[in-house]
Amino acid sequence: MSTLNSTYNAALDLDFERPLAALEQQITELETAAPAPGSAPGSEAGLNKQVDLAAEVRKLRQSHTAMLKKIYNNLGAWNTVKVARSARRPQVTDYLRLVVKDFAELHGDRRFGDDKAVMAGFGRIGPHKCLIVGTHKGKDTKERVACNFGMPHPEGYRKALRCMKMAEKFGLPVVTLIDTAGAYPGVGAEQRGQAEAIAVNQLEMSRLKTPIVAVVIGEGGSGGALGLGVADRVAMMQYAWYSVISPEGCAAILWKTANPETNAQAAEALKLTAADNLKAGTIDEVIEEPLGGAHRNPQIAADNLGKYLTKTLRDLKRYKIENLLRNRYDRLRNIGKIKELAD
Amino acid sequence: MAENKTSTLSTDVAKHASGAGRTWQDVAPVDRRSDVPEGLWMRCVNCEAMSYRKQVELNLDVCPECDYHNRIGADQRVSQLVDPDSFEPMWENLAPVDPLGFVDRIPYAQRLEQEQAKTGHRDALLCGKAFIKGRGVVLAVMDNRFMMASMGSVVGEKIARCAELAAETDQPFVMIAASGGARMQESGLSLAQMAKTSAAIGRLDDAGGLFISVLTDPTTGGVTASFAMLGDVIIAEPKALICFAGPRVIANTVREQLPEGFQRAEFLLDKGFIDRVVHRKDLRSEISRVIDYAGK
Repeated sequence: MSTLNSTYNAALDLDFERPLAALEQQITELETAAPAPGSAPGSEAGLNKQVDLAAEVRKLRQSHTAMLKKIYNNLGAWNTVKVARSARRPQVTDYLRLVVKDFAELHGDRRFGDDKAVMAGFGRIGPHKCLIVGTHKGKDTKERVACNFGMPHPEGYRKALRCMKMAEKFGLPVVTLIDTAGAYPGVGAEQRGQAEAIAVNQLEMSRLKTPIVAVVIGEGGSGGALGLGVADRVAMMQYAWYSVISPEGCAAILWKTANPETNAQAAEALKLTAADNLKAGTIDEVIEEPLGGAHRNPQIAADNLGKYLTKTLRDLKRYKIENLLRNRYDRLRNIGKIKELAD
Repeated sequence: MAENKTSTLSTDVAKHASGAGRTWQDVAPVDRRSDVPEGLWMRCVNCEAMSYRKQVELNLDVCPECDYHNRIGADQRVSQLVDPDSFEPMWENLAPVDPLGFVDRIPYAQRLEQEQAKTGHRDALLCGKAFIKGRGVVLAVMDNRFMMASMGSVVGEKIARCAELAAETDQPFVMIAASGGARMQESGLSLAQMAKTSAAIGRLDDAGGLFISVLTDPTTGGVTASFAMLGDVIIAEPKALICFAGPRVIANTVREQLPEGFQRAEFLLDKGFIDRVVHRKDLRSEISRVIDYAGK
């Protein structure tokens, strides 16, 4: 498997990937290099040159892979957040294209409007007909503005709930794909009941009579993520983050100042990586990404996500609804660490 | 030596007179967040009127001049709200741990010890069985003196147990909410308490139970965005700050003047997100009335 994607250019937005950029440029140059003039194709000299070139490329690729492994095996929490936020990371629309067949989007909350930060619609994942909900950040400036950079308003949560209720009625399982820095902190959002919308979604999702699977594919920013994140099974992509607050928010409050140093400290302290969440029991599974992150090979990331969803939906469909709901409640009920003293 | 001292003192006075070396602490009014201060007299943080401390206490910690509702701790709230000696605390043995080894400027474990010593409670929620005007209730009161009543695993667990007890015994669940939000020091585990408490309120709802949520100053963040906003009836104290994102965060995001009274109880009433704004002195009778109409 190649760790290089022809359209990918390292270090555009990930500072710690910069050492890779020079290597990647060399590889690209060698690969596209035309045979030297004068050496006719098929001639012995030309052939030797090609062999040399191929060996060189192979060597460079090996050191590239080694460097990539080294960087990604010791990524740290703050760099994980950067990967999760990278503009090159696959978004909901990529996974809808790569994992979901026949996606038919549904719009509007029937109360106020259509929040483009939240997408909902019918679609097939493997053999399963589903209702899919996702938060969308947008690919280019125009789309990002339209989607409010993936930060939903109350009407987004209410659209999601409306569609999930319909899924319940028609016996369709629900899949939510979460990628949001958080619910939007704005005047309109507060006026229209951001807190109420998120609260109601959690309550209703906890008792929705159909299987629910939630996957944090990028950013899992606090209540804004949880408003779509109550489920029978919760998973995270390997380099996603999920936490009660963003590292910057946490640093600003607890360290009194948010700068690269305190952000990194807060990110570590918050235990926000997929591995840490798995350890704390807040999620059930980590979905592996290709070496160097999903942005290097969205297809592999999508295949892994697809496999996880197909298998999990098959498992969940086997439960009687009352057992499913009891397990869903117990799952939530058991999250948390306390001690019960004797007195 | 003595001369030295005098000269330092006079420099200080001079500095103050010129305004140099002054900090905001010197000029800021009494800290809004502080509990009612010690002393015979106290100054209202809202209207700055001086009142006899005893008189304010008799007035349920509401300013006699301007009706400003002071923030009060959980013990005081319980004693104001329930029939005398009727409160039976429950699950007092639940104590917080430091599951993530969280260290910011000081370790979470140390912070917990400090807060426990300060308040005499193990965490930020006082709950149990009580009577309000003769009506049996399951009562939970968030304690803003303990880490600003932030919700971690213990708070979430106790709320879930309260909701389950209320469902089992068919008694109303009365919640006096106040919180800075989910507790950062337990990170994802705190976040999950939002879902846990919401699910527990869902079960109470399925059982036909009554949940009365009373929002007091300030109710914010992950607490507003979970059980606090899920009351069958939602009551708020006058002028209480009730929000998801705090006003400062929003001002930073939108970079514009926020509307007058934004995110205060009356604003939420106007926007349709709470049922009633109720003066502290009327809370007992208003809660009792709701219980009676719900037939609990």
